[in-house]
Amino acid sequence: MYINDVPPLDMADDSLFEFLHMEIVSHVYKEHESRGDNDKERGTCVSLLELMGFRVGQGLIERFTKDTPSFKDELDVMKFVCKDFWTNIFRKQIDNLRTNHQGTYVLQDNRFTLLTPLSSGKQYLEEAPKYLAFSCGLLRGALSNLGLESVVTAEVSLMPACKFQVVVQKI
Amino acid sequence: MTCLCFLCVSRDYDELSSIMAVCIAVIAKENYPLYIRSVPTQNELKFHYTVHTSLDVVEEKISSVGKALADQRELYLGLLYPTEDYKVYGYVTNSKVKFVIVVDSSNTSLRDNEIRSMFRKLHNSFTDVMCNPFYIPGDPIQSKAFDSMVSAMMVQAC
Repeated sequence: MYINDVPPLDMADDSLFEFLHMEIVSHVYKEHESRGDNDKERGTCVSLLELMGFRVGQGLIERFTKDTPSFKDELDVMKFVCKDFWTNIFRKQIDNLRTNHQGTYVLQDNRFTLLTPLSSGKQYLEEAPKYLAFSCGLLRGALSNLGLESVVTAEVSLMPACKFQVVVQKI
Repeated sequence: MTCLCFLCVSRDYDELSSIMAVCIAVIAKENYPLYIRSVPTQNELKFHYTVHTSLDVVEEKISSVGKALADQRELYLGLLYPTEDYKVYGYVTNSKVKFVIVVDSSNTSLRDNEIRSMFRKLHNSFTDVMCNPFYIPGDPIQSKAFDSMVSAMMVQAC
């Protein structure tokens, strides 16, 4: 994960994170397989991955916003997440941001980095949610640390494109 | 020539490049202290109180920036308020964590840049603490690395 656009020579390659992520997902599911295969266990796995992403997102956003000026409003925060935050982690920006201006945002990524190795069509569609849980948590953690409590869900209809839906909670 | 000699003869810990703080505090966004450290020889409660009252000024500055021009959205807040003995400086991160530095008023060689660089160091160390997987956000900061960075910035108790 790079802070600037040009990777410093002493930093590791992108693929390390992709491999680590794949292994984390596989490990979490293997651990829970031994306790019986039912919907409840699968729900636990997804929550676990999401919580991991949450903590990482909190730390990462602290690092990435170290030098940026403070944000004007919610939309400013979402734009930062779509551009700088996404670029630093996934080496590309979010392709489309839509909002209803009432706290709901849809972030569309047409070639999500963590899904490209899986397939580019309808194959393995049912496995996609496992690989999106961590990133949902990442988004939620980042927003939470910037002051926006939210619920983040993801949906995939055609790999490797996916949409993250963020609903900001109003207190 | 003569001025150089004068500076070298001054107090031991008053080096040319460093400003020493008497109290440093890190406040969470919910306004409770994550870390507060003051020079032990003084009345610590007085510093806790000073930091607490400075939070009001910080809140005021943060809310007024929202209505000001876009180019004034800086993280460094500057001098919050001077008391008869001390000067209090503030800084707020994007995650609404506040840093407060209290400096002795008699330390006249204060430069804005030096205070900014102190905040910079604090922010860098705080970011490292945040990225530490063993640290739970919201807990008091117990990192030894953070402690030693803060010690380097505080007035040495003789």
